[in-house]
Amino acid sequence: MQRLGPIALIFHALFVAFIMAPLLMVIAVSFTDKGYLSLPTDGLSLRWFYAILDNPDFISAFWVSVWLGLLSASIAVAMAVPAALAMARRKFPGRDAISAFLLSPLMIPHLVLGVAFLQFYSKIGMGGSFAGLTAAHVVLVMPYALRLALASATGLPQDAEQAAMTLGASKFTVFRRITLPLILPGVAGGWILSFITSFDELTMSVFVASPATQTLPVRMYHHIAQTIDPLIASVSTVLIVLTFLLMLVLDRLYGLDKIFVGKG
Amino acid sequence: MASSANKAAWAMTAPGVIFFAALLGAPMIMTFLLSLHAYDFNAGVLPDWTLANYADVLGDSYFHKIFLRTFGLAALVTVICVLIGAPEAYVLSRLQNPWKSIFLLVVLGPLLISVVVRTLGWALFFGGNGILTMVAQGLGFSDEPVSLMFTFTGMTIALVHVLVPFMVISVWASLQKIDPQSEDAAWTLGASKLTVLRRITLPQAMPGILSGSIIVFALTASAFATPAIIGGRRMKVVATAAYDEYLSTLNWPLGATIAVLLLVANVVIIVSYNKLVERRFAKVFE
Repeated sequence: MQRLGPIALIFHALFVAFIMAPLLMVIAVSFTDKGYLSLPTDGLSLRWFYAILDNPDFISAFWVSVWLGLLSASIAVAMAVPAALAMARRKFPGRDAISAFLLSPLMIPHLVLGVAFLQFYSKIGMGGSFAGLTAAHVVLVMPYALRLALASATGLPQDAEQAAMTLGASKFTVFRRITLPLILPGVAGGWILSFITSFDELTMSVFVASPATQTLPVRMYHHIAQTIDPLIASVSTVLIVLTFLLMLVLDRLYGLDKIFVGKG
Repeated sequence: MASSANKAAWAMTAPGVIFFAALLGAPMIMTFLLSLHAYDFNAGVLPDWTLANYADVLGDSYFHKIFLRTFGLAALVTVICVLIGAPEAYVLSRLQNPWKSIFLLVVLGPLLISVVVRTLGWALFFGGNGILTMVAQGLGFSDEPVSLMFTFTGMTIALVHVLVPFMVISVWASLQKIDPQSEDAAWTLGASKLTVLRRITLPQAMPGILSGSIIVFALTASAFATPAIIGGRRMKVVATAAYDEYLSTLNWPLGATIAVLLLVANVVIIVSYNKLVERRFAKVFE
């Protein structure tokens, strides 16, 4: 293999700088000691991180997002795992159509999902409810849960399961003791990716959430639409750090490159 | 005839399918039906069926401008992502470990960080008292504050940043499949570096560039957060225009029409592009 020349390395450095620049900017601004937007030129201060504690709406929005992510990722995985096992192992009539249907949210702009849920929930009297928001997020993250479950269930050898069945294990025991542990890395990767997707989602949630069920991105968006101040930068910095930690887990568990191939 | 094995398979997919039929199928159909009703500012949604909303959107120069801007933005962002994302994927694939894993993490990691946060970073750069102004004034280019907020350029830069990781990962995936020996063979046969890149590497990276392009194009065309924050009301795109119809003007049928048109355009572009790519590169995908 050919080694990289200096031009390629300079390009690479510029590219990485471009990718990092806005994130570093957010982090830098969040440490300012001034009452307004500025870089922390006269020393670092944590005042804007303490300021988050005085803004309960950000904290409650954070918890809404956490619960929403936990619930929607878990429900999506619970429905995706049996579907993935069926699809990976059997060629049954309607399989391709079902797979396309369950993956279809990837093709639908979030805006379209948002307006569709807004109208649907206001018609059936669930407008702004947390249950409605959760159901909408399940639809949204299902493709991610399904794709990673499918990837690990496809080509999975069945001899261990057959051995267990021969030895008298019940269907559920086989699933719990043999199948699930085998596909667990993919299922866990899908769960984390679903959680993050739900946690970060703005466009659809902005239509579905009510003031009482505002998620963190929706709260942040409305804040930014009004004013951009160091407070929003410190909230963002906390998010960057938390995401970074989750990212390391995901990379260990599954490999970041594998997760993103074909995401979109 | 439905064998018991088929029945079991259907039963295993049933929860997801039923859930989707109720919570994706029904809302989508309702939105489509809503777009077929007229809206009156006093009476609300009128009961009779009409295509008037479609005629309105397709015949109004205001919406023409918004749709043109959106798809122009999507095309421009896609081209820039190809130009910088594909070379970066190539560089990444040539790095040695541990640098390879580290920089892969650096380049892909931002995909997991909320778009709101990443866009906020650019808003901090672009604002009237931001870095851009400090640099421009420091270099003596301008005494006035320089702002890219509410501009097409600002939206383009921020969207390239948000979406270029998709291009990198998709080109990276096809570069992984290349047999390094094909390049070595070309060198042995006396081809120059440039010839190898043009005749060997690029054609093999092409499927990745094409599938990355379609992802970036579709996501830009339907992007909301970045255009809303950087473009604001002054630089509306399709998604922000639909948002305003729903939540400011409250003309839901017109908003639904815009949403349906956006969805149709999106699906048509993705499907036809996929068909084209599959036909041209059928061999590479095997």
